[in-house]
Amino acid sequence: MKRLWVWMPLGIFLILAAFFFRGLSLDPNAQPSALIGQPVPPFQLTDLYSGRALTNADLPTEPFLLNVWASWCITCQVEHPYLTELSETMPIIGLNYKDTTSAATNWLANLGDPYTFHLFDPSGGMGLDLGVAGAPETFVVDADGIIRARIQGEVNQRAFEADIEPVLRGAR
Amino acid sequence: MRWLSLIIGWLFAVSAMAAIETYDFDSKAQEDRFRSLTLELRCPKCQNQAIGDSDAEISGDLRAEVYRLLKEGATDREIKDFMVARYGRYVLYNPPLDRETLVLWFGPAAFLLIGAIAVAMRIRQSKKALEEGEANA
Repeated sequence: MKRLWVWMPLGIFLILAAFFFRGLSLDPNAQPSALIGQPVPPFQLTDLYSGRALTNADLPTEPFLLNVWASWCITCQVEHPYLTELSETMPIIGLNYKDTTSAATNWLANLGDPYTFHLFDPSGGMGLDLGVAGAPETFVVDADGIIRARIQGEVNQRAFEADIEPVLRGAR
Repeated sequence: MRWLSLIIGWLFAVSAMAAIETYDFDSKAQEDRFRSLTLELRCPKCQNQAIGDSDAEISGDLRAEVYRLLKEGATDREIKDFMVARYGRYVLYNPPLDRETLVLWFGPAAFLLIGAIAVAMRIRQSKKALEEGEANA
C-alpha cells in the first residue's frame, strides 16, 4: 500500500500531462456551429447588384460554399485570392454581411468577383440566423442543401482539406 | 505629456461612446429580465464575456435581438432557445443539466468524493498502524 502512494505524484503528473498535451492542439476559439446537419435557414434577401429577390430556391443544387464577407473585413481580403481559385472547383455564394451596396460593389470591382451571386444582408439578420459571430465565416453546404461544416476565419488550403474536401467527396 | 493625456482622453471618449445604447422598457420587470438575460448569454466573439458587458459588434446585435424578442413577449426560455439554435450551447453561461453536461455538473462533486475516500482510507490505515504499534509495545 505504501508503495502505491509513492507512485501517486507520477500518476497525477501523467494524467495532467495527457490533458495539457491534448490542449496544445486544441483551438480555444473554435466553436462548433449549431447548424451542422441542418438546412440553410429560410431567407428572403436581395441580390447585391440588381436588388432582385432571392430565396433558398436560388441556391445551387450541388455542393457549394456560403461565404460571409464584408468590405470592412480585412481577413476577407486575405482569403479572396484563395476563394477566387476555389471558385473554379465549386460555386461560391456570397453573403454580404452588414455592409453598404456602394462599399461592397467597389470592393468587388477592385478585387474581382468570383462569386456566383451575392445575398445582400445589410442588417445582419441572415448572419444571425446562421449563428455568425463576425466575418469571414464560410459554410460548406452539400448537394442536399445541408450545412456540413463551418469555417471561422480565413479559408485556405488547410481549411479546404479539413472541411471542404470531405464534403465534396461525399464523405461527410 | 500633453500627448499622453490626449491619448488617455481619447481612449475614454471612445469607450464612453460605445456604452451609450438606449432601450425603452414597458416595465421595471422587463428591464430586469433584459439585464439578467444579457448577463447570462455569452458573447460568441469574445473568450469570456457576457453580451451585456461586451463592446463587440455582435454583442450589440444580440442585445438588440434580446430586446426585440422581449418586446414581442417571448419568455426567457424562448429567448435562450432562440440563441442556442443559432449559436449553440456555447452562448449559455448557465448550461442545462443533461447527458452532455453531466461531467460538468457532477465532476467536481465526484472529485470531492474521491478525495474524501482517499482521506478516510489514509486515516484508517494510520489508526491501524498505531494500534499495531501499541500492541507490539
